[in-house]
Amino acid sequence: MSEKLLDWNEVLIGAAIKDPGNSKSYETGSWRVERPVWNPDTCIQCMFCWVYCPDSSILVDKDGKMSGIDYDHCKGCGICVEQCPSKPKSLTMLLESEVKGKSEEEIRKEVFSK
Amino acid sequence: MGRKVALTGNEAAAHAIRQINPDVVAAFPITPSTPIPQNVAQFIADGKMDTELVTVESEHSAMSACVGASAAGGRVMTATSANGYALMWEILYIASGARLPIVMAVAARALSGPLNIHGDHSDIMGGRDTGWIQLVSENSQEAYDNLIQAVKIAENKDVMTPALAAFDGFNISHSIEIWELEEDDKVKEFVGEYEPLLPLLNTDEPVTHGAWAPPDWYFEHRMNQLHGLLNAKDIVASVGKDFGKAFGRDYGLYEAYKMDDAEYVIVAMGSVCGTTKDVVDSLRENGVKAGLLKVRLFRPFPYQELSDVLSAAKAVAVLDRVSPAGAQGGPLFTEIRSALYDMSNRPPVINYSYGLGGRDTQPVHINSVYDSLKRIVETGKIEKQFDCLNLRGAWG
Repeated sequence: MSEKLLDWNEVLIGAAIKDPGNSKSYETGSWRVERPVWNPDTCIQCMFCWVYCPDSSILVDKDGKMSGIDYDHCKGCGICVEQCPSKPKSLTMLLESEVKGKSEEEIRKEVFSK
Repeated sequence: MGRKVALTGNEAAAHAIRQINPDVVAAFPITPSTPIPQNVAQFIADGKMDTELVTVESEHSAMSACVGASAAGGRVMTATSANGYALMWEILYIASGARLPIVMAVAARALSGPLNIHGDHSDIMGGRDTGWIQLVSENSQEAYDNLIQAVKIAENKDVMTPALAAFDGFNISHSIEIWELEEDDKVKEFVGEYEPLLPLLNTDEPVTHGAWAPPDWYFEHRMNQLHGLLNAKDIVASVGKDFGKAFGRDYGLYEAYKMDDAEYVIVAMGSVCGTTKDVVDSLRENGVKAGLLKVRLFRPFPYQELSDVLSAAKAVAVLDRVSPAGAQGGPLFTEIRSALYDMSNRPPVINYSYGLGGRDTQPVHINSVYDSLKRIVETGKIEKQFDCLNLRGAWG
């Protein structure tokens, strides 16, 4: 976390928070065991994944379209994959240990070109 | 001027709530505190107060609704007993952790099992470490006075901590006593307007309540919370004095009854103190230097003040209206014994459980405690550190 750690007599009463939205600065991506991988070629832009994601980790571009996954915050719950209605599914779960060191392009190619 | 009324402890609490007229009362009925929300509902129906009464489906929900309403910025009150209090358990910590000055009347009652609806302190003693301020009342007058004072104590800027004012189920909650009901406007003036610190409904200054505190923040928040709770001690004393100025009845952290030269001392809380005072009076008539230390503030525990009062005693008996539940003694006993440990010349201390599940405690039982104290002083020996009053079969 980037903010200054405060002493017990400096913290805001009742653990209240005056700068809403600061959970963005707390990265939870390292909790993930599996990650969702997105295939833009088959995605129908229904935005179900965005609706159902419990951690607001579906990235949306300026035109309001699904544009990828926020891996800094995605905890790998897999709900986006469950909800994806396209055939074949445009999201799939992969073990983090299997994708280590690979770029997103390489991963996509490996998974979706089969 | 106030006027003398003959009403129950529950009605005393309900009248206090009517006069305080909080923004929200969220409550669920449970014996013996049911008449409190019932009377509040009647007062609202009769147009005598305009509180929003939230009728919920459980005490867990009652305290949750209180937390929401208090975080929103309202002055919030509730009432409960026993298993209802126990069902509030996890939310009691959230109320104190969020520093929400909710005020609760508790008609203290035994916890099941076996099922029992009568008075003892199992509920409030079980929740003594929930971070709430705990005031214990001897009678209906104190139930009324303490509830009014609790609002001022809880809402103090240096405290901002929820508070409960307890009185014994049935002994007080359902007994009609004569007590002084103060004038509505004088009570309203005494409690004043509530100014919340960080209300959710203030959209000009958005604030988040109830967020997560990770390991690098939680500890600091908990100690900040403790600081507020500890601040309550001085505020309880000053509000007690202010109350005396306004209504003629002074309150401190404790009541020292005939303690000035007392050699044999009982330490107790709640309605048993009335019985004990009668016994002290008759012992004094016979030349026995008996005294009573009635603890009014149990959390935060004023250990220094209480040990000072006990410094001249020759022997002390602590009465707990709960089972020790596997500890060395009841919670009041272990606190008092711990407070005395730092004294160079500490008196011997023994412990009694009494009154469980509404078991009667009569002058004969209190007399037997003073007899034991006299024997300890005469022989220099403690035969039993822990015993029970009015239990069938000898304990231990």
